[in-house]
Amino acid sequence: MNELRDLYQEVVLDHARRPRNFGAIHGPSHRAAGHNPLCGDKVTVTLTIADGRVADVRFEGGGCAISMASASLMTEAIMGKTEVEVRAMFEEFHAGLTVTDEGAALSALAELDKLAVFAGVREFPVRVKCATLPWHTLVAALDHVSEPVKTE
Amino acid sequence: MTAMQPLTNLRELDVARIRQDFPIFSQPVHGKRLVFLDSAASAQKPRSVMEAERGIYETAYANVHRGVYSLSQRATSEFEAVREKVRRLLNARETREIVFVRGATEAINLVAQSFGRAFLSAGDEVLISHMEHHSNIVPWQMLREEKGVQLRVAPIDDAGELDLETFEKLIGPRTKLIALTHVANALGTVVPIERVIRLAKEHGIPVLVDGCQAVPHQAVDVQALDCDFYVLSGHKLYGPTGIGVLYGKAELLQAMPPWQGGGDMIRSVTFEKTEYNELPWKFEAGTPHIIGAIGLGAAIDYVQSIGYDAIGVHEDALLAYALRELSKINSLRIIGQPRHRSGVISFALGDVHPHDIGTILDQDGICVRAGHHCAQPTMDRFGVSATARASFGIYNDRDDVDALVAGLGKVQEMFRL
Repeated sequence: MNELRDLYQEVVLDHARRPRNFGAIHGPSHRAAGHNPLCGDKVTVTLTIADGRVADVRFEGGGCAISMASASLMTEAIMGKTEVEVRAMFEEFHAGLTVTDEGAALSALAELDKLAVFAGVREFPVRVKCATLPWHTLVAALDHVSEPVKTE
Repeated sequence: MTAMQPLTNLRELDVARIRQDFPIFSQPVHGKRLVFLDSAASAQKPRSVMEAERGIYETAYANVHRGVYSLSQRATSEFEAVREKVRRLLNARETREIVFVRGATEAINLVAQSFGRAFLSAGDEVLISHMEHHSNIVPWQMLREEKGVQLRVAPIDDAGELDLETFEKLIGPRTKLIALTHVANALGTVVPIERVIRLAKEHGIPVLVDGCQAVPHQAVDVQALDCDFYVLSGHKLYGPTGIGVLYGKAELLQAMPPWQGGGDMIRSVTFEKTEYNELPWKFEAGTPHIIGAIGLGAAIDYVQSIGYDAIGVHEDALLAYALRELSKINSLRIIGQPRHRSGVISFALGDVHPHDIGTILDQDGICVRAGHHCAQPTMDRFGVSATARASFGIYNDRDDVDALVAGLGKVQEMFRL
């Protein structure tokens, strides 16, 4: 039960239930879609970058609590950040969930404030892709990838 | 092959004893008793299946249909004896009507590629239902791409029942094959396949029945059904993966061209002309899954030692109990309410995603399937992208249902439903 509490922390459940920045930007500068074919998680990220910073970011879609909360917290975390900062955050988040060295992983996540709540996902390897899907989609939007992103 | 005592006359299955026949249940999951509710995806294997496979490797293994030495002859006779077991299981008229394949998916692809390519042409129609597994959709779509064959889809109603009236209307002069599931894998609906086949016969249309989810639970008599093709997967019938069966009426199989070419399916080969082998080997190119077939034979023996009557009584009672207990859970919605159900219950719990349900249940050693069950059109029909699905086998009992209900209580608690 403890591992489950680590996975489904209050912040996660709160963001899953009441996602922030949910919706789509009309006429965004960047846009991409992501999909986990196996579990059906779907997310579309739209953002506007002005003067080198994220001026606005929204997401829409549907999926499990982990993917929804991850998308919601991601939009909050990157608001106002530069593109370079956003890409660095993606690297840290991705490393935090996927590298095997737990110390390195946790210190990467620690850099990300609120996003550290996803440390619990590490104990559930099949759910890692749920948490990373919004981030992969975000990076695809920055890279102007037109094909939908898949994390499997 | 095993020293099992017959259980045939028992009114109630001795599930505790059956569980002892399945080694996997001696191993805890996350420190808990394994509650395996995913047999519709793949069933667990009794010890006798493992012992049969091992036994052949240790005492009678060689390639089949080839060697003049006695070991090869023994392997061949053991292998072919399984074909006879399958014939009896399905009550097919002849053993040559039983073709070994990798699984039901390959069986359907074989029919699509052999029967479909040879006998269907542009504008001809294949009629399926809205609750088919992807394996009974995609092979026909591939044929559509290739030959311009049309795919017609019979609707299902809100209960998850085939709409027979519309189904009948969809049968037309261009309908050349009806391919239907016997039991729907995502909903548990038992299709009134006898009626469907009667209807088809009135129009002279051949029928393929996907029996994957039926054979683990009920006796099947292909002669009484009068279906033209019947397909099944061994691994859902407590047998190994990689082995399945295509039953086809001899006259149809005979008229069909071979699908794959290679060894075993030929009588003679020259660079100018190849003469094909007779049934069923015409459709079994290459060295077959010998060990898989042996395992399947042991699985059939095991199921028959328990008996479909006893299995039916036990599973019907268990399903009724599960439906009753699950219905008591607030915010739980059962997807599909067919009058006649077999094997599976799909459900949604509030707005909790099935993968979250699956993860939480797993911590209590409870295995359920979460996802679209390879039946996305069925999911679309019910307006969901995924469901959680509990499915039952001979080793499940009320304790498993109670564990599921308790586990779902934890999900509710976690998500404050």
